Amino acid sequence: MSNENPSDLRYTKTHEWLRDNGDGTYAVGITDHAQGLLGDVVYVELPELETELTAEENCGVIESVKAASDMYSPLEGEVTEVNEELDSEPELINSAPFGEGWIFAIKPKNIEDLDELMDADQYEAYYQEEA
Amino acid sequence: MSDTENSKSQRTPLYDKHVEAGGKMVDFAGWEMPINYGSQVTEHKQVREDAGMFDVSHMVVLDFKGTQVKVFLQHLLANDVAKLKDEGKALYSGMLNKNGGVIDDLIVYYMEEGFYRMVVNAATRQNDLKWILEQLEGYDVDLSERTDLSMIAVQGPNARKKVASLLGNIGSKRAHTLKPFFGMQLDESFIARTGYTGEDGFEIMLPNEQAPGLWDGLLSAGVKPIGLGARDTLRLEAGMNLYGTDMDESISPLAAGMSWTIAWEPSDRDFIGRSALEKEKAEGSPMKLVGLVLEDKGVLRGHQKVITDHGDGEITSGSFSPSLGVSVALARIPSEAKDSCHVEIRGKQLKARIVRPPFVRNGKSLI
Repeated sequence: MSNENPSDLRYTKTHEWLRDNGDGTYAVGITDHAQGLLGDVVYVELPELETELTAEENCGVIESVKAASDMYSPLEGEVTEVNEELDSEPELINSAPFGEGWIFAIKPKNIEDLDELMDADQYEAYYQEEA
Repeated sequence: MSDTENSKSQRTPLYDKHVEAGGKMVDFAGWEMPINYGSQVTEHKQVREDAGMFDVSHMVVLDFKGTQVKVFLQHLLANDVAKLKDEGKALYSGMLNKNGGVIDDLIVYYMEEGFYRMVVNAATRQNDLKWILEQLEGYDVDLSERTDLSMIAVQGPNARKKVASLLGNIGSKRAHTLKPFFGMQLDESFIARTGYTGEDGFEIMLPNEQAPGLWDGLLSAGVKPIGLGARDTLRLEAGMNLYGTDMDESISPLAAGMSWTIAWEPSDRDFIGRSALEKEKAEGSPMKLVGLVLEDKGVLRGHQKVITDHGDGEITSGSFSPSLGVSVALARIPSEAKDSCHVEIRGKQLKARIVRPPFVRNGKSLI
């Protein structure tokens, strides 16, 4: 199964990733490793647009057939976009966790906060140790 | 009787087959069992649309033999084994305590004169055996636990056809004519037209050493392995209770959607729990078990609060229904409540419809 974790993303200990959209905002999703643990995703409770989030704040819920899992904000910032495709196709989180299965976009308050997050190698080492 | 309570984790004779098939193994009642082999939703649909198989060898098979076995079971069980007149016929029943609480739910087969076979849950094994042995005192009945038998459930619209293809001429003919809720002995196997999915199919008990061979045969006949995850969503859609979740020793069958399993007649049959149930029936049960269909977006889960015009209740089992594409649940709510209610999910009140289970039978939506 194991998709490579893309090297251009940043990662959290709670298995979210961030991708630079190039316009000051960052897309957020959950990793392939995380979707594998959740199993078939059937519903996503998205954060509301323009919500101000703090780092590690609970900002949504991903429901799989198995269980409900909280989603956390990777850093402090404002929600600028949400992926409404997930309303009708929540399974995109399973099929394309690093692509079409992105969940929301955030505009970080302090861009330096990104340095606190893991890169792909660190993340892989982290979850392999966790397992 | 074997004593396995103290061993850490047990494996069925099919353990290696699960690992071979990519099964994700988890602990279930002290057994290492497959929760899924990849996608639970795919496995669920495989059973609704074609044929899937479950290793249910962890379930407990008990053989009761002796001159007093019938009167004993008429005392032990809330349903009446006297209904079983033809050999092989099966009966679903609760086994109750004196307060009318459900100790376990089970299936009992009438094998032949003086011989009944019971299948009880794995998680309740120790408690069930203790209770049964206490009640057996004074009866001329021998109890033996059939740990030498494995059990494979093959379920789905094409399940019977695919099983029959492996049975040879005579076996195949006999299996074809087996009526629902009947079982038959075929060589060393016992094949019953029962299940826990709401689909047609067989449950096959056979000697442990033959189980891997049957599993491989079924695989080559196009039957796919299905994990415990899909077993749970299939039984929920079929409106079938899960012991320990939808009912337990503190809940009477009247409050667990199991009224139909209580044989009140003949009125002089003194089964355990009868007087408590008669009192509850006369006074009216305050609570009932119903089905819920979520009308808003979200997923119903066990223990969520249900709000009705007649007071609060609780979800006992809930999930997303892969067949229906909406969330469904079993819930215990005040008996007067009807039509609609709200379910509290993460502080929000979502609207749900109150329905009579099942939600799905033989591949068709009933909601």
